[in-house]
Amino acid sequence: MKDRKPKNVFRQGAISSEFIGESIAKHQTKTSIGAHNIFLGQVRADKINDKEVVAIEYTAYEDMANAKFHEIREATFEQFELTCMHIYHSIGTVKAGEICLFVFVSSPHRKVVFEALEYIVEEIKAHVPVFGKEIFEDESHQWKVNN
Amino acid sequence: MNISIKYFGLIAEITQCAHETLIFSESSLNELLAQLYIKYPRLKEKEFQVAQDQELISKETVLTGKELALLPPFAGG
Repeated sequence: MKDRKPKNVFRQGAISSEFIGESIAKHQTKTSIGAHNIFLGQVRADKINDKEVVAIEYTAYEDMANAKFHEIREATFEQFELTCMHIYHSIGTVKAGEICLFVFVSSPHRKVVFEALEYIVEEIKAHVPVFGKEIFEDESHQWKVNN
Repeated sequence: MNISIKYFGLIAEITQCAHETLIFSESSLNELLAQLYIKYPRLKEKEFQVAQDQELISKETVLTGKELALLPPFAGG
């Protein structure tokens, strides 16, 4: 089902495995679906100059970011035959090892979900104004940049 | 005109504020940036894009008075 209203994609803090599990369970009633595909972005404990990243604090230009997420949704539905699509991104602090991005696509058949998921994640990384402050063990920080 | 400007991430660390309103009489983004570089010299070394009314704009774009935002490199996902 296509949802044409802009949504708030942001969730405070980490995205829990319970939330992800419940999202999957909710699709059991949608029996035209034959394939789901899920991307989970996890905060990596990068070592930079001998200091380890313990968390990322996410901020965003939220109005523009939600508008961009909506554009990405619309463009994805135009290009791929999806039954539904869900995107959630963390705002605030997410510890290393926790989930900060959850993208969930569903379709009657498998091929389209692989392509659609990659497209969505790459579009998010390139075009959504989200900023990440990488916090080290000693409470110093640096700003993350997507490559 | 009054222009409302939002700052994010690394840029907000330099400006020491998340939001301010500037009085501005010129026309293009280039001219506004020249004014900001005087106020915040460290901005010159930093990479950022500018959005007007939530759309990215070039330096030649004429400012309309709608909200501006200085956006450092994106790090979503």
